[in-house]
Amino acid sequence: MSTTTSDMVTLLLGVGGILLFASSVGYVLQRKLSPDGSNGAIENLNARIKAWWAMVFLIAIAFIAGRVGVLLLFAFCSFAALREFITLINTRRADHWAIAAAFFLALPINYYLLWAEEYGIYAIFIPVYAFLLMPIIAVLRGDTQNFLLRISEVQWALMICVFCASHVPALLTLQIPGYEGRNVLLIAFLVIVVQSSDVLQYVWGKLFGRTKIAPKLSPSKTVEGFVGGVASATLLGASLWWITPFTPLQAGVMSLIITLMGFFGGLVMSAIKRDRGVKDWGHLIEGHGGLIDRLDSVVFSAPIFFHLTRYWWSLT
Amino acid sequence: MIRDFLAKLASVAIMMFARALTAARALWHETGLPPRQSVYFANHSSHGDFILIWAVLPPWLRQRARPVAGAEYWLKSKLTSFIGRDVFNAVLIERDPAARTSDPVEQMATALDEGASLIVFPEGTRNQTDAKLLPFKSGLYHLARKRPDVALVPVWINNLNRVMPKGEFVPIPLICTINFGEPLKVEADESKEDFIARAQGALLSLAPTQTDNEA
Repeated sequence: MSTTTSDMVTLLLGVGGILLFASSVGYVLQRKLSPDGSNGAIENLNARIKAWWAMVFLIAIAFIAGRVGVLLLFAFCSFAALREFITLINTRRADHWAIAAAFFLALPINYYLLWAEEYGIYAIFIPVYAFLLMPIIAVLRGDTQNFLLRISEVQWALMICVFCASHVPALLTLQIPGYEGRNVLLIAFLVIVVQSSDVLQYVWGKLFGRTKIAPKLSPSKTVEGFVGGVASATLLGASLWWITPFTPLQAGVMSLIITLMGFFGGLVMSAIKRDRGVKDWGHLIEGHGGLIDRLDSVVFSAPIFFHLTRYWWSLT
Repeated sequence: MIRDFLAKLASVAIMMFARALTAARALWHETGLPPRQSVYFANHSSHGDFILIWAVLPPWLRQRARPVAGAEYWLKSKLTSFIGRDVFNAVLIERDPAARTSDPVEQMATALDEGASLIVFPEGTRNQTDAKLLPFKSGLYHLARKRPDVALVPVWINNLNRVMPKGEFVPIPLICTINFGEPLKVEADESKEDFIARAQGALLSLAPTQTDNEA
C-alpha cells in the first residue's frame, strides 16, 4: 500500500470514528429527550449526522475513483449549486440563453479545462471569457429592464458556484516537489478543516454561545462559537500536517486562514439569503438545507487556499 | 408488448429527466397526502406542467393519475401521440366546441368511473400573460356537479414557466416546487360562479407571495 492510500485509509477511519461517536450521541439524546420525535433540534441534529454519513461516503467513492471521480463530483456540486442560486435571482425571459450558456457551456468547459490541466485558460475562462460573453448574449434580446442587476447576478452565480467551487478539485493540478501523487490529500485537508470548523462552531455555539456575533445576518452565530470553532479547527488542521506538504506551524496558519474565509463566506451567503427572503438555499441535503448551505464556506476558502499553496509551494 | 415496454421506459426516462432538471419537490397540505382518487387542478404555464405533478406523486397515486389534454396537440404526430396515449395514458379531449364530436366532461366522468385520477388545467390554455392565473373555464364545475364525491385538489406549480418560457427549446435547470392544497368539493346549492371563484381562490392561495423573482 502506498503512503497516500494508507494515509487516506487512516483519515477515513478517523472520520468514520467521529461520525460513529456523533451517531451514538444523537441516538442517546433522541432516546432521552425526544422519544416521540417531537424535539426539533434533536431531530435536525440526527438528520444532519445521517447526511454527513452520505456525504463522506460520496467523497470517499470519488477519491477512490481518482481524478475523474473528484472532477465529476465537484462538477455535479457546481451544477446543483448553480441551480439553487439561479432559482433565487432576478431573471427575465431575455436571460434565457445566457443562463443556458452558463449551465451547458461555461460549467462543462470550466471542468474540462481542469481535466485537461490547462491551468492558464482555466484561471481566466470564467473571469474573462464568460464575464464578457454572457452580457453580450443577454443584450442581443434588447431587454434593458434591470439589465445591470441581471447580468451581475448571473456572473456572480457563475463565479461562486462554478469558478470558486472548482478550486477544490483544482488542487489536483498543483505540482509540489516531494508531494507527487498525494494531491488528493490536500482536498481532504481543506474539506476536513472547513467542515469541522462549521461543525465545531455549531457545537461550541450550542454549548457556550451567549453573545450574538452578527444578529442581522445569522442569528444563530455567536462569538463563543466563532472563537471556539476557529481555534479548535485550526488546532485540528495543524495536527493534520502529516497529510500536507506543510510543517505543523504552516498547516496551522493555513487552517486559520481557511476557517476565517469560511466563516466570513458563510456570512456573505447568509446576507444573500436574507436579501432574497429565504432561510435555506434549497432542500437537497436533509437537515442541512440546500447544497450551498453546506458549501458556502468551502467556496470562499478554496480559491485562497489554492492560490497560497500554488504561490509558495507549487512549481506550476 | 414492445410498445408497452417502450412506454414504460419512456415514462421512467421522462420522470428522471424532469427530476434532474428541476429537483421537483412536493409540498403536501397539512392534512396529508391527497385522497386516492382526486381531480388535481393546477395552474398552466408550460407543456411540462402535468409531467411535474405526475413525477412528484407517490407511485400508488401516480399509477392512476391521467392528464386531461388537448387532442389536437397530442395527436399531431406519431411521437406526441405515443407520449400522450401510451406513456401518460392521457384523456384526450377536443377543445374546440364547434368541431367536437364528444363531450369532454362526459369523457372525464367516464375516466373517473374507471377509477382514474385526473390532472386538469382549468385555465384551458397555457398562461403567457403577467397575470398569475387566467379565469377558469367552466369544465371543472360541470365535472364536479357530475361526480360530486370526488375530491378536487388545487395544485400550484411554481417556477416551471421560468425553466422553459414560451418559444424556447432549451430548458434551463431551476428548482420547482409543487404545492398541494386542501381538497375541496362543490356544495349542493353552490352556483357556478361561486364555485369557480372559490376554486380559483384556493389555487391562488397556494402561490408564493414573493413576486420579485419576476422583477
